[in-house]
Amino acid sequence: MAAPAKGTSRTAQNDVASIKKKGPGALATAYLVIYNVVMTAGWLVIAVGLVRAYLSKGSYHGLYYSIERPLKFFQTGALLEVQNEDSVLLFVVAWTVTEIIRYSFYTFSLLNHLPYLIKWARYTLFIVLYPMGVTGELLTIYAALPYVQKTGLYSVTLPNKKIELYEMGWNLREGLRDCLIAAAPYGGPIALLKESQRRERSASARPLLEIYSAAGVPMASFPWKSGVVVHIGWTVSDDLLCIQEDGTVLIYDMFGNFRRHFSMGNEVLQNQVIEAKVFHSAYGTGVAIVTGAFRFTLATNIDDLKLRRLPEVPGLQVAPSCWAVLTQDRQTKVVLASGKDLYVLDNTACTPVTPPGIDPQVSSYFQMAVSFSYKYLALFTDTGHVWMGTSNLKEKLSEFDTKVRSPPKQMVWCRRPKSQQPSVVLMWDRLLLVAGKCKESIKYPSQCKESQKADEYLREIKEQNLLPEAVKQCVEAAGFEHEPETQKILLRVREYKQMTVQVLIDRLVFRRLYPLAIEICRYLKIPEFQGVSRVLKHWACFKVQQKEEPDDVIACAINQKLGDTAGISYSEIAARAYECGRTELAIKLLEFEPRSGEQVPLLLKMKRSQLALSKAIESGDTDLVYTVVTYLKNEMNRGDFFMTLRNQPVALSLYRQFCKHQEQNTLKDLFNQDDDHQELGNFYVRASYGEGSVEARMAALQNAVDEFNKAKNEFSARATEEQMKLLRWQRRFQEEFDKPYLDCSLHETVHSLLQDGKHKQAEQLYKDFRIPDKRFWWLKISALAEKEDWEELEKFSKSKKSPIGYLPFVEVCVKHQNKYEAKKYVTKVTLEQKVKAHLAVGDLEQAVEAAIERRSESELNLVLSRCTPTTDRALLDKINRARAGALKK
Amino acid sequence: MTRISGAWSSHDTVVLSVKMAAHLSYGRVNLNILREAARKELREFLDKCAGSKAIVWDEYLTGPFGLIAQYSLLKEHEVEKMFTLKAGRLPAADVKNIIFFVRPRLELMDIIAENVIGEDRQRSQRDFHILFVPRRSLLCEQRLEEQGVLGSFINIEEYILDLIPYDGDLLSMESESAFRECYLENDQTSLYHTAKGLMTLQALYGTIPQIFGKGECARHVANMMLRMKREFAGSQNQILPVFDSLLLLDRNVDLLTPLATQLTYEGLIDEVYSITNEVILEPRRTPRSQPEVNSYIEDCIAQQDPLIKILRLVCMQSVCNNGLKQKVLDYYKREILQTYGYEHILTLSNLEKAGLLKPQTSTRNNYPTIRKTLKLWMEDINEQNPNDISYVYSGYAPLSVRLAQLLVRPGWRSIEEVLKMLPGPHFEERQQLPSGLHKKRQQGENRTTLVFFLGGVTYAEIAALRFLSQMEDGGTEYVIATTKLINGTCWIKSLMDKLEAPPF
Repeated sequence: MAAPAKGTSRTAQNDVASIKKKGPGALATAYLVIYNVVMTAGWLVIAVGLVRAYLSKGSYHGLYYSIERPLKFFQTGALLEVQNEDSVLLFVVAWTVTEIIRYSFYTFSLLNHLPYLIKWARYTLFIVLYPMGVTGELLTIYAALPYVQKTGLYSVTLPNKKIELYEMGWNLREGLRDCLIAAAPYGGPIALLKESQRRERSASARPLLEIYSAAGVPMASFPWKSGVVVHIGWTVSDDLLCIQEDGTVLIYDMFGNFRRHFSMGNEVLQNQVIEAKVFHSAYGTGVAIVTGAFRFTLATNIDDLKLRRLPEVPGLQVAPSCWAVLTQDRQTKVVLASGKDLYVLDNTACTPVTPPGIDPQVSSYFQMAVSFSYKYLALFTDTGHVWMGTSNLKEKLSEFDTKVRSPPKQMVWCRRPKSQQPSVVLMWDRLLLVAGKCKESIKYPSQCKESQKADEYLREIKEQNLLPEAVKQCVEAAGFEHEPETQKILLRVREYKQMTVQVLIDRLVFRRLYPLAIEICRYLKIPEFQGVSRVLKHWACFKVQQKEEPDDVIACAINQKLGDTAGISYSEIAARAYECGRTELAIKLLEFEPRSGEQVPLLLKMKRSQLALSKAIESGDTDLVYTVVTYLKNEMNRGDFFMTLRNQPVALSLYRQFCKHQEQNTLKDLFNQDDDHQELGNFYVRASYGEGSVEARMAALQNAVDEFNKAKNEFSARATEEQMKLLRWQRRFQEEFDKPYLDCSLHETVHSLLQDGKHKQAEQLYKDFRIPDKRFWWLKISALAEKEDWEELEKFSKSKKSPIGYLPFVEVCVKHQNKYEAKKYVTKVTLEQKVKAHLAVGDLEQAVEAAIERRSESELNLVLSRCTPTTDRALLDKINRARAGALKK
Repeated sequence: MTRISGAWSSHDTVVLSVKMAAHLSYGRVNLNILREAARKELREFLDKCAGSKAIVWDEYLTGPFGLIAQYSLLKEHEVEKMFTLKAGRLPAADVKNIIFFVRPRLELMDIIAENVIGEDRQRSQRDFHILFVPRRSLLCEQRLEEQGVLGSFINIEEYILDLIPYDGDLLSMESESAFRECYLENDQTSLYHTAKGLMTLQALYGTIPQIFGKGECARHVANMMLRMKREFAGSQNQILPVFDSLLLLDRNVDLLTPLATQLTYEGLIDEVYSITNEVILEPRRTPRSQPEVNSYIEDCIAQQDPLIKILRLVCMQSVCNNGLKQKVLDYYKREILQTYGYEHILTLSNLEKAGLLKPQTSTRNNYPTIRKTLKLWMEDINEQNPNDISYVYSGYAPLSVRLAQLLVRPGWRSIEEVLKMLPGPHFEERQQLPSGLHKKRQQGENRTTLVFFLGGVTYAEIAALRFLSQMEDGGTEYVIATTKLINGTCWIKSLMDKLEAPPF
């Protein structure tokens, strides 16, 4: 075991040795030489730059900036902002000298001509240079610490290499003074609208609406041609809302394309909007306005517009000094300040509130700010205090005296990453102040003038959204990162934050970064129909808008890319195509839609109703069929409509159902058209019951008879004729005897006649309707028994031989508690029914006798079952003996 | 329905509902999952309507809802009042939200519109919502729009309540009119709901690999299921299948069972028991001759026995003899019209359309062959050691259940001839499972079959299937689903047309 192992290791050593001896190849040597020469030259440039700058300035201040560019080039990764110029210079000088020596050392040794001077310098000067460099670097880091601590900048620890992905591209011609500014949530785009010009209506001085990415890259810019804009804001899906004085809200996408508009109500027209706010909640993006009459109107979700006019604030004569919108317990409310009073407005009431622990000297509130999560509220009072508390105004967090009495320009909540404490940032013209829970505050007095204020302003905007911005950068960085592991970690970082995957992908999609979005979906293994499918759908919707390409090319391209990816709705894409006025393309796209039900609404919209009908039937969804049918009915003339239905039996039967409940007359027309006489007959029968007079009923029934005859349904025709005959009899009886007979059945009519002693009339009906004897006998005996006309019953029993036997006589008498009468008929009962007859009148002994005579075990059992504990012992014995006898046989 | 309103008002019945929920999980398939899913959806909807609520009920729905959620659940979600949907004005209630729980029916939409319009006049600040059960309907929304009230609703949603768990092995859609709609009116709405319900079931319990069926409606439902699966191609169900197979059976394959049987421990009526025994089912007596049956029916009519009983007897005779002689049929019909009123002419016409009553067209009667092949009447049953489903009903085995039994062993191929005699096509479909979801069966592990009765199931059939499940060497356990739990009376009633004339 040991020997071969040794052998292998030896050969390995030999190989290494041979490589060492050979040295690098010629090409590699050339490359290395060039590289080292370039590097040496580069560092020389820096060195020369340093010396020249020093000579010209006579001071080392500002030396760094003179060499910044080459330094960055040759020392990639040096992105740190310079905090402490002295320490930087210290290590830059040290580096420069070291690097010049190092690279020239490499160059010469590659060329195998290493001058002693270089060698000496490399192995000696480091004694001075390295400590110098290290000291410089340490000093720099030390100097940077307070800054990092203060701002929390870079506190989001990112595990990736620091590569500058993009530069801030701000290129504002004029500052941000008098601009309406809106930054989208989560570091989305930023929109600007010049305010100073917006009051001038002359065409020449139209204000410009500009949209920038968060990094300052211009995305759109166009002159504003509509009305006076009061406020601008972004929706959660990166659409820009421009709220005009007249209450109209115009919606643009982030590329400046107009999407749609809506109004905040007619009431606004008179009083105009004096202030507006855009807010975000679980329901989506909302808009709140206050009018010149100081009334508030809310729309909690602009995609499902429902305007809510909030109740009046009693005694409000002037505009509220400040107000804010907040969402609590699934309700959107407005907090407003007027003088020293605070009110909360919800859908139903206006409630005055007092923040706990507020200074009673406060006579006015200058500013109000709600945190992003709607959890906290900050109030800036005329006493210069910032009151911070929960937004339900139940709890005070802290109060801070800013010592500034003038109203701040802006006040916002911010929460630093990883910090539990929310704090409030306030801004005046020349002061930025961060106030938190503790007594201390951080102040940034702005020394510079207007131009720098703009920068400050933008930074502050960013500050509100610092965390999401970082998250976003993580994601974007991930797109550039090639190491899967790093990528994964980056995306994990993102997962911890409030931005969901959905939001992320939406944002990429809104920015038309489709390939990147797809890659991320695939990488994160997001279920197809939430991820890739959605992106592809957006892509397709964008694609159909490209007017220059022909229909089939687009349809084909879309189908190729989408195939039958799960969750792709071709109908949605087709709908978009139709919106863009491309009906043909829409129809082509619909053909790819596997769900026939989904195709229907759009086909109807495009007036392809016949196709819509067959698709609806195909889907099996009857409601959809109904919908198309009602549509067809309104659209077509009656003849065509009926013809269409005739070719679609499923639709026809559904429509019949509909008519049966809703339109009786149409139903008749339908049957007529199909020559369905049987159904027509039934229809008239049904109709006859809706008629109020006997004549009308008869007429309807006559129609039914005619139809039944046409249908060759002899039975129904005859039965209906009979029914008419009965009606005529009943009418006669009703008139004669002043008793209601109509709508009784024949059976009931006869029964009623018999009960009233109208035997002649009963007999007439019996004959006229050919009532079977059996049934007539039953009818008569039960009617007589009910009437307790025993005499007539006996007479009837003797009239001729009963077709139903005589047991029924016994039974009806017993039923009407007349055992005496019943017994009269027992003797007439046939032998087979004797036992039952005896039992019916309660004569057990006779029953036993009869049963014994019949030698029937089951009949004996029947008798036995009627015996009770009080029954005579001897009788029981008799039965049992007889049973034993019957069994023996 | 009265039971449920009881459940919502009294304490002890609430306990009953809780018990019911527990027993749903005892069976082979835990149907409580389905109930929980339904409850969750209900809670989510209620939470969407913030604030206090009043529910206005389509009375028909209170029964099914009672099986899903008791009043305490509603109360927890701020439901303070409940009303029945009625024309006119809504009763006064100091609530923020009015929610209509309705079936998608046009006539109900008109009532809702009336309610809403009446309310608007009072200038109240209420929010209106509609919850359609089991599905939204464009048609209904259109009607609301025509009435000018569609805009008054904050939420219009659907509550997909197709299959409601009744017992540990029993699901019903409680759709009263399903049989009538399918066989009389050619309205396949309930079949669409069935297919949707089965898709929901598969979403919770995994794709069912095998589908068998017999009958036109069964074929239609299977087609819709396969289509729906295709429509959602790609979104694959990753749940290990709980059901091994699905058997779809049309009610009209076995019309006799609901006519004849009502005789299990769940619903035994002495009077009907004796009749059915005398006429057809008493195993120890040979079935009586036709004239004997005729005269029995005649007597029943003469004595004015309840009409439904008469109709059942007549239909039963027709079904068993492949129709009645024209003369006999006309005689019965005339007797019925004269005795019970001519308005029943439409009911008779319905029974004929549904195939329950028909004139004999050929002399050939298949029923005896079917009876013998499928052993529907067992002459000798072993009472000590029952081994056949006929034990459950003194010797009568429901045809539908025999089909289920023979499907498992030895397979339908052995009874091809008989299957051809029964109405509608029979078929088998397979649904592809994603790889890795194929069940590895343990030795001796039973298969689970879902038997779906389209057009209703009787307690008799349920009891027979339960008997099969419990048989030790059966190898298959059954879960039963249906459009409606029926008995002969309510089934025939659903086919009747009630005509009432206004008083003259």
